[in-house]
Amino acid sequence: MLEGKVWRFGNDVDTDLIIPARYLNTSDPQVLAEHCLEDLEPGFARKVISGDIIVAGTNFGCGSSREHAPIALKASGVSCVIAASFARIFYRNAINIGLPILESVAASKEVKQGDILRVNFETGLITNLTRNQVYQTNPFPGFMRELIASGGLIPYLRKNLSGEKLGV
Amino acid sequence: MMGMTITEKILAAHAGKERVRPGDLIQAQVDLILGNDITSPVAIKEFEKIGVKKVFNSEAIALVPDHFTPNKDLKSAEQAMMLREFARKYEIAHYFEVGKMGIEHCLLPEQGLVGPGDLVIGADSHTCTYGAVGAFSTGVGSTDMAAAMASGEVWLKVPPSIKFHFSGSLQTWVGGKDLILYTIGQIGVDGALYAAMEFTGETISSLTMDDRFTMANMAIEAGAKNGIFAVDDKTLEYLRGRYKKSYKIFASDPEADYIQTYDWDLSTLEPQVACPHLPENVKSVREVSDLYIQQVVIGSCTNGRIKDLREAAQILKGNKVHRDVRLIVIPGTQDIYRQAIREGLIEIFIDAGGVVSTPTCGPCLGGHMGVLARGERALATTNRNFVGRMGHPKSEVYLSGPPVAAASAVKGRIIHPEEVLKDA
Repeated sequence: MLEGKVWRFGNDVDTDLIIPARYLNTSDPQVLAEHCLEDLEPGFARKVISGDIIVAGTNFGCGSSREHAPIALKASGVSCVIAASFARIFYRNAINIGLPILESVAASKEVKQGDILRVNFETGLITNLTRNQVYQTNPFPGFMRELIASGGLIPYLRKNLSGEKLGV
Repeated sequence: MMGMTITEKILAAHAGKERVRPGDLIQAQVDLILGNDITSPVAIKEFEKIGVKKVFNSEAIALVPDHFTPNKDLKSAEQAMMLREFARKYEIAHYFEVGKMGIEHCLLPEQGLVGPGDLVIGADSHTCTYGAVGAFSTGVGSTDMAAAMASGEVWLKVPPSIKFHFSGSLQTWVGGKDLILYTIGQIGVDGALYAAMEFTGETISSLTMDDRFTMANMAIEAGAKNGIFAVDDKTLEYLRGRYKKSYKIFASDPEADYIQTYDWDLSTLEPQVACPHLPENVKSVREVSDLYIQQVVIGSCTNGRIKDLREAAQILKGNKVHRDVRLIVIPGTQDIYRQAIREGLIEIFIDAGGVVSTPTCGPCLGGHMGVLARGERALATTNRNFVGRMGHPKSEVYLSGPPVAAASAVKGRIIHPEEVLKDA
């Protein structure tokens, strides 16, 4: 369960907007966070407050496979991304690194800049405290819940790989 | 019983199952894992956290430092060094040092590392390129890459398939790039989200392998998980002498299930151009021919192959690049570069007033070798025209195939190749 203030963006927010390639000569999360979304929302890194939530339209995270995109968002303090739909590699990457994301067409339609949302990941329920609305989303499928509960793909793998396979 | 698509059959075979259906979550064995100098450093850090002593198979990993190499700055040099040291430590068979390195998606098929029926994942979104040889091939993130290097497996959700059936013989100067731009223009940048794009029809049979690589390469620009072609005589001819492993050819059943089918006769299609700032903003070249440009880039994992360079040279021969335009030509690999020298193509580019670069992704993602200033406009044979993609956020990128790019370099504005040739 988390609560945060909304940053509102439109459709097709691509990975070059989330973190421009000119900063990809590093993989340091803090450096990436300083430039997060700067071509879309100048000064985002300064203005974002830890716990804030991004709500966007369709196809969020389209473009490159750079994991630097969800890493930059997470390191900048963004606690969750809600969108009408996500590009598939971004979706994988966010789950793999433990950045919570939810698909909700209703939230994407109704939520405005500055709204306060409460998000419950177990039930998939998003509550808009500003507008007194609720949006029900599909909770993650079982396999992904297990992956998220493990803390991401790497801890999940550590837990599930047999010793023989790991060569240990 | 319903049939299966080529994508479903390859996934089933790699998950040890008789059949799979769209939506199934599977753990699949991978045949090849790819990483580059941007994505691999993150993967290497994650890999070391897993705590394994070796990679699952040192023959099944390819590391290609192609994005910011030859090292463009100190930080890039350090990232490239991480790849080099990891490759040494784990005896990675397919590490390509500068000198052997090429743009990954031109290089791997050329070096015979991908073949029909293979399951390939790569920490690069354009990994979908290898669908051109009948492989299931998809882009993943760095953590996925790290996990697969340890386990040899990847989790995948079986995608539904969309069939694209193309008919009609193409006009001169219309090729794979125009077909894929047209397709994205029709269905949008999320028109194939999570899905497999299967390209079929008589027009596809007539396309060269280089055209097919270009099309599969941009499947991601429609949001697709993979793009795929049936294996035919041209595929087998391409693989001969390159791909050394035995392979099984999969084909879609006639009664396979598609969530959608598009049927297009493209005999009257004109060369296509994608306008800023999304690859779906596609127009016919004549609709944008009043736009002046300052830079033309011919290259990239989309259009850096020998056919692309031959087409560009055919138009540039005997012509000069417009005085207000910088023409940058980037052969995709060292083999393509050498071949272009042998055929006299490089001389044509230099005589025309263009520069020729060593293979690199460079300008496509605004890295180096052709970054745009504020207010500049480029026409490129690359794959993305997002805000700031090639440099300043206030610059613009238009996308086209090599013939339009070469002709436009001569005229200084976006133009149909015929406009240059009729003056010759």
